[in-house]
Amino acid sequence: MERKVLFASGHTACAGCGQAIAARLVVETAGPNTIIANATGCLEVFSTKYPESSWGVPWIHSLFENAGAVASGIERALKYKGREDIQVIAQAGDGGTADIGLQALSGMWERGHNILSICYDNEAYMNTGIQRSGLTPLDSDTTTTPSGKEFFGNPTHKKPVPEIALAHGIPYVATASVGFPQDLQRKVKKALSIKGPKYIQIHVPCPLGWRHEPHLTYKVARLAVETGLYPLIEYENGVLTNVRKIPGLAVEEYLKLQARFRHLLNNPQELKKIQEIANYNIKKYNLLAQEE
Amino acid sequence: MREFLEGSQAVAKAVSLCRPGVIAAYPITPQTHIPEELSKMVAEGILDSQFVNVESEHSAASLVLGAVASGVRAYTATSSQGLLLMAEVLFNIAGLRLPVILTCANRAISSPINIWNDQQDSVSLRDSGWIQFYVENIQEAVDFHFIAYRLAEDKNVMLPAMVCMDGYILTHGLEVVDIPTQEEVDKFLPKYQPPYKLDVENPLTLGVLADSEYYMETRFAIQKTHQEVLKILPSIVVEFKNIFGRNYSDGLIECYKTEDAEKVIVAMGSVCGTIKEVVDALRKRGKKVGLLKIITYRPFPRNKIYEVLKDVPKVAVLDRALSLGAEAPLYSEIKSIFFGKKRTPKLMRSFIGGLGGRDITLDSIETIFKKLSLKEKEEEFIDLKQELLKEKL
Repeated sequence: MERKVLFASGHTACAGCGQAIAARLVVETAGPNTIIANATGCLEVFSTKYPESSWGVPWIHSLFENAGAVASGIERALKYKGREDIQVIAQAGDGGTADIGLQALSGMWERGHNILSICYDNEAYMNTGIQRSGLTPLDSDTTTTPSGKEFFGNPTHKKPVPEIALAHGIPYVATASVGFPQDLQRKVKKALSIKGPKYIQIHVPCPLGWRHEPHLTYKVARLAVETGLYPLIEYENGVLTNVRKIPGLAVEEYLKLQARFRHLLNNPQELKKIQEIANYNIKKYNLLAQEE
Repeated sequence: MREFLEGSQAVAKAVSLCRPGVIAAYPITPQTHIPEELSKMVAEGILDSQFVNVESEHSAASLVLGAVASGVRAYTATSSQGLLLMAEVLFNIAGLRLPVILTCANRAISSPINIWNDQQDSVSLRDSGWIQFYVENIQEAVDFHFIAYRLAEDKNVMLPAMVCMDGYILTHGLEVVDIPTQEEVDKFLPKYQPPYKLDVENPLTLGVLADSEYYMETRFAIQKTHQEVLKILPSIVVEFKNIFGRNYSDGLIECYKTEDAEKVIVAMGSVCGTIKEVVDALRKRGKKVGLLKIITYRPFPRNKIYEVLKDVPKVAVLDRALSLGAEAPLYSEIKSIFFGKKRTPKLMRSFIGGLGGRDITLDSIETIFKKLSLKEKEEEFIDLKQELLKEKL
């Protein structure tokens, strides 16, 4: 049987782009019976530069903050036509999800649309040149939160979007990582099998913005999970049903590969703060694998 | 069937007869009665439609964008700040060539906040690519929703259209209105068959990135379509007359006693009813006066307007909107028609009035006609309260 290409290569993403890999995994898992509403951002730019397109499924980009509302319109149109068999995905980056697009997403979740929303979380506004977003981690050096004499980079913690999604009472919320592709695909498949609003936040390294070697994307993504800084969790109907167990590596293992955290490496006090975030996650979600 | 209806109720009935599959709206005064009526029809099973209560006007516009992109007819309505919040999406809808229909219940713009009528909201979106109709009365409001859908969905048009009706004056006023039958509307407005849509059988990419190699042609194409609308609309209006019996001539402008007129007021919207009354009264007193009503503001029917006004000695343009820091919008555009032309009015003056719901009375209109005989400054705000202007901060 001929396999339809749903996300063609030849697009203009940077070498080692985690978002490009994750987007392909998502759409290939969802299959051809899917319509995607995509927010403005890197993914939209590198995959649809006229006259070319990577997309093998019907795909629409409108604006930065309205993917949730556009997807809602698509879903209601399908409902009107009696084509509820068709899946709808609303996808955006971390800025389009946690900041400018949060209101439209909240509306979509609250209204109960049968839509999977995906956040490709590369932890800053990469498309405009690495400015901080609501999902930029503490102390990250970005172009609008530079580290200097007075500041250690981004002064705030990541906005807890999965918890915000959960608070809407939606039936499925999960985090995933491009470093764990099979886990990611399982979660997309599971989400799409559930009726109602679903949210998956996928950690996707950005070599340009995080300033790591392009061939380290996979390794960096895995280390974020294995240190406890990016816990992989899964909630069904508000109940935590699954966490990925980790060895609990020291956060330096993750930080030292990325120049966005370089200013922390000789600063035990700031490093301690980052380790505390990992420790908090490890405790909260009981992440540590049991010793044999 | 002739019924005594509130404007919003009548528009809701008209929209319902157009069979929109998706309706999205966010409440703002004075638009509220229209979505309320539609939601009632959906709740009673009279209208088969997905009615979505969204969390903002930005999402209302985005939601109908998604619905029409999926090949389903859709509808939304708003006013004032709501229209401004939609602005970003409205430009996007036009760029995507999606025939969304929107009712603008015209209302003033904040600050100061004011819920009453003027046309600053929709006039400020004249450059968005949307077709814009300004209606005089409730019957016109009803009829131009049918015409708007038919025109917007024409394969040679594929552009969104806005029916602008003066807030309160038309949305909350009552009038005897002829509401056509479903059969008549179905005959005039066939099922929406989009030339492109989001379809899993034929996957298209919509809303692409077009750089300097391609962008300009997409804007030129919209501009060109607007010029074509000037030719397509008149034939649709003739067809409308054949089915519904009401005549809107070419659907672009209406000339009221302009043929031999020595003084003409140019205006848009409900104030045209007031002007007609004054024209009738002054004609009885032997004054040769008339009204040129602009129905279609976008596309702007320049040539039609030229033909009507070229031999009129004195012209007043009455704007219920303004372009702060420059000439009033309608005045500026009417004036520009005559640049380089040999035949032109000898006098043209700009009058701005009715902002924030201040009544434009019969006296106001008579004063405008009178002032057209005087040599005064080019621009004038009518019915200004001089005593308020003297107040110190």
